[in-house]
Amino acid sequence: MVDFAMQHAWLVPLLPALAFVVIVFLTKPWQKLSALVAVAGIVGAFVFAALAAYGVFTHPEFTEGSLVYGVRWLSMPGLHINVGIMLDPTSAMMIFMVSLVSSLIFIYATGYMKGDPGFSVFFSYVSLFAASMLLLVLSSNLLEMFVGWELVGLCSYLLIGFYTHKISAREAAKKAFVTCRIADFGLLLGMLSLQIVFGTLDLPELAQKIAHFHQYTSAGVLTLIAVLVFLGPIGKSGQFPLHVWLPDAMEGPTPVSALIHAATMVVAGVYLVGRMLFLFSEIPSAMELVAITGAFTALFAATIAITQREIKRILAYSTVSQLGYMMLALGVGSLSASMFHMWTHAFFKALMFMGAGSVLTALHHKADVWEMGGLVKKMPITAWTFVVGGLAIAGIPPFAGFWSKDEILATALNSHHYVLFAMGAFTAFLTAFYMWRLIFLAFFGEENPANHPVESPWNMTVPLIILAALATVGGWVGTPWDNVWSQWIFFGEVEHAAPNYGVMIGSVILALAGIYLAYQLYYVDREKVKAKALAERYHGIYTLLFNKYYIDEIYLWFNHAIVDGSAKLFYLFDIYVVDGIIVNGLGAFTRLSGEGLRITETGRLQNYALVFFLGVLIIAVALAFSSPSAAGLLLGGVK
Amino acid sequence: MEGFPVLLITLLSPVLAALILTFIPRDENKLIKCIAAVGTFISMALSLYVYFAYDKSLGGLQFVMQVPWIKDLGVTFFLGVDGISLPMLLLTNLIGFSAVFASWNVDHRPKDFFILLLLLIAGVMGTFIAQDLFIFLLFYEVVVIPIYILVIIWGSTKRVTKEYAGMKLTIYLLIGSGFLLVGVIALFMKTTAIAGVPDMSFTGLAEAGRRLGAFDQKWLFALMLFGFGSLLSMWPFHSWSPDGYAGAPTAVSMIHAGVLKKIGGYGLIRIALFVLPVGAKFWAPLIAVLGVCGVAYAAMAALAQKDLKYIVGYSSVSHMGYVLLAIGSMSVIGLNGAVANMFAHGVMAALFFSMIGFIYEKTHTRWIPDMGGLARQTPRLAAGFMLAAMASLGLPGLVSFIPEFTIFVASFKVYGGLAVIAIAGIIITALYVLRAGANTLFGPPRHEYDHLKDIHGPELVPLAVLGTALVVGGLLPFLLFDMVNSGIVPLMAQINGALQMVGGVF
Repeated sequence: MVDFAMQHAWLVPLLPALAFVVIVFLTKPWQKLSALVAVAGIVGAFVFAALAAYGVFTHPEFTEGSLVYGVRWLSMPGLHINVGIMLDPTSAMMIFMVSLVSSLIFIYATGYMKGDPGFSVFFSYVSLFAASMLLLVLSSNLLEMFVGWELVGLCSYLLIGFYTHKISAREAAKKAFVTCRIADFGLLLGMLSLQIVFGTLDLPELAQKIAHFHQYTSAGVLTLIAVLVFLGPIGKSGQFPLHVWLPDAMEGPTPVSALIHAATMVVAGVYLVGRMLFLFSEIPSAMELVAITGAFTALFAATIAITQREIKRILAYSTVSQLGYMMLALGVGSLSASMFHMWTHAFFKALMFMGAGSVLTALHHKADVWEMGGLVKKMPITAWTFVVGGLAIAGIPPFAGFWSKDEILATALNSHHYVLFAMGAFTAFLTAFYMWRLIFLAFFGEENPANHPVESPWNMTVPLIILAALATVGGWVGTPWDNVWSQWIFFGEVEHAAPNYGVMIGSVILALAGIYLAYQLYYVDREKVKAKALAERYHGIYTLLFNKYYIDEIYLWFNHAIVDGSAKLFYLFDIYVVDGIIVNGLGAFTRLSGEGLRITETGRLQNYALVFFLGVLIIAVALAFSSPSAAGLLLGGVK
Repeated sequence: MEGFPVLLITLLSPVLAALILTFIPRDENKLIKCIAAVGTFISMALSLYVYFAYDKSLGGLQFVMQVPWIKDLGVTFFLGVDGISLPMLLLTNLIGFSAVFASWNVDHRPKDFFILLLLLIAGVMGTFIAQDLFIFLLFYEVVVIPIYILVIIWGSTKRVTKEYAGMKLTIYLLIGSGFLLVGVIALFMKTTAIAGVPDMSFTGLAEAGRRLGAFDQKWLFALMLFGFGSLLSMWPFHSWSPDGYAGAPTAVSMIHAGVLKKIGGYGLIRIALFVLPVGAKFWAPLIAVLGVCGVAYAAMAALAQKDLKYIVGYSSVSHMGYVLLAIGSMSVIGLNGAVANMFAHGVMAALFFSMIGFIYEKTHTRWIPDMGGLARQTPRLAAGFMLAAMASLGLPGLVSFIPEFTIFVASFKVYGGLAVIAIAGIIITALYVLRAGANTLFGPPRHEYDHLKDIHGPELVPLAVLGTALVVGGLLPFLLFDMVNSGIVPLMAQINGALQMVGGVF
């Protein structure tokens, strides 16, 4: 069975894809059946994924080389594309994680989406979403990966805009797609360059060839290629400056936010960089770029998260920030740490998003954390599981986030990136602060009498409990003392840094400080006087942060003024110059010359005869000068 | 099936249907449409059969039929298909069949409408299976007449009147064919002088044509480039395209944007490139530049449009820019991409126009600010629209992605920075199609459209046929590319052979 699952890993994406087809064409009118099909598809995928992952993790030889098989997709002289499966510890871990979290999200959604008119449609979209992500993860070819990459983009577009009647949802969906498109333009150029330079997009083959890239091209070209490829992940994983779409993606139903932010779409960018690390690692400056982008994004997004008021927006910026950590880890050369953080983050972030969804359902979609308060009393399961998530993301041992964040910070320090390390550490403090600000404001303190919350049904709370358990123990596979994780998932050589107690203790102190500060400002101080005073005092900074550094506004202006403006110019040029002057001008010329000639068409026989006679005369005269004998013939009697 | 004239029957089936229609009383509305549907269905089924029965490993012309016609001019009634013409033949019939159903609600003089439509389909089909230049031109001229009548009678007047639109379409077609004709006659005289015997078949012309001097090849190619280029809406001879499509009835927009303008690209490859390789080599950079201009310029212009048909009109100019860019690359990968992209764009544009046609039929408007939220009231229509939109922006998994990818590979290799401008077109394309989709289908529903009925029954056929082609072609690209490749590889081999010979002479 295990062998079968490994040899047929393509079933993992195929099952949810089939669920999509079945729902769209068959079961759409029956909501419960559609949900059943979707859940069956993803759980089936999970079973296969688990078996395949088991197979991989019981065979240490897979750390040396991957299991690759595929079929021809298209070929012509100079271009061969095979699609296939590439199974190794990294992708095995990913399919396991993605299908597990997706399964829980699907089950949760059966409760959350209840009563929605688009219930069946929702389940068809999320099935396609999971299928695309699993395809992306298992791809053995960059082009195939790009197919999955764009399809998750499509699904996120459909799901963000799921509430089609809302203008905000519509705009957010469009923004997500276009922003990612701009990034994909770079990725596409990078792929084209790879194809042209190395003649293949097959990942294993590419890895071999890039290791000896000097035979093919110069370091300068390769640097350019790496930067272009990296543009894609910047968009998909919401890195600065293309992060703008991610917080707006909250317009979709909450399970979607969990699916997009935790398990699937946004980590695709990190995963791609991880998969292409053989390219980046050849170019030190590209690695620096990845690391700096990551660290900056982590810090930048965390500062925004401090001031936000909507629960899902806070979580969204926290996601951007955590993705920055993963990029930072890749940039300092550790695939292991990055994937580890992706793994733990999937659990605690899915947990928190679904907890937020539970809260939103209870409060009839009132999203402002300042209007919540004391929810722990009525919604104990949601609240306490959320607290587990909060501890995990803040980095309190023994919760999952601690181990992975510690690994990243230690790696950054070990590779002598002191500034980036400091940025990461400070972000850890900010993370603990804003997340616990949310927790204290929403779940503790006094109840808001306007709210009448009730705990969510079992199909929503059970996934929360399971995820809370995973967010607790999920990090134990990668403790510094016995790091199973890094023995399997690594790039180059096994990265095994000695436990760095300084970093460990330091990061815990920072996290506790953050939580304590939030506790003081938002729990002890019931009227939040100090918090408000702080906001007053630093009004300028507060407004800047609250408005997300006005980056959205700048883009909006660019889009409207520059893009639309030039579009108008092109169109006017087309109407008035190409069409107006050239085409219609030619038309007018023809018509006028026709009209001009019409004057000669008088209809009077005498005129025609006159013209005819003149013509003969002219010919005769001409001939008379050139060849007299011919003229004589013509003019006959006239001598 | 040896000796059974499949191609001839495929070609004559719509003609026969048209003939039958002349005997049907003009108020037999249903019957007329059914006969048209049967006629086009037979063609579609046969062309599918031919597509899959064609032996790709053997290659070359198959299903050949040759009847000597005008001996003095070397004209043969010569039908046959290879890897380049087969996708076009299939495309024509997929669209033709869908177009009949997209016109299911035509109630104004249906008999005349369907007779003309069927003749139009047959004419277009003929250009793709003719292997003789004279026959090719004959079919090409056959196409012009029905188009003109269809537009001025059944068209619609918006920014421009339908008469203006019909006139513009027709005149452009005629100007194009005028230049073409001059080129063709000159070519014929020169090749006859070289070969000694007149021969109008493509292969015969090519053998003699390649022996023409460089100067002759260059100016002959220029004439053909102008003729075929303006048919392909090559920038700056593109302005008939948005106006023409906007004025034309749905079925004509579908056929015109879907296949008719592809005759331009097909002719460039099959005739101009094949017969005059040296001329092609000389003009290739210009073709690429004009292609890129078309891509960028039309995409930007599409962004400023508020009428749905104008958006797709400009968009098709933009997509044809990719085809030109690919032809300009003069490589196997590029030409593969060019032919495949013509197929992909045909399916996509036809689906787009049919969906817009239904929207217009139901809401009586194509003006985007007057619409919104249709996804609620007409979900299937919205699904078809979005499918076409996604194909238009080159979403992987749909038919247009791989062709664009191959075009990018080929042109990036040859033209570098120039190609980057064209590739950037994918961003603008995403912007305008998503905007159109968002403002038409999403947002708060409008109450005046609450009563609208979603597409149903026969109206679903275009979505089913073209949608299937979009998805199957996208998921299994080898179905299309193996076919195209089997035609392009020998073509390019001959072209390169000819170019090398010339290289040896100099």
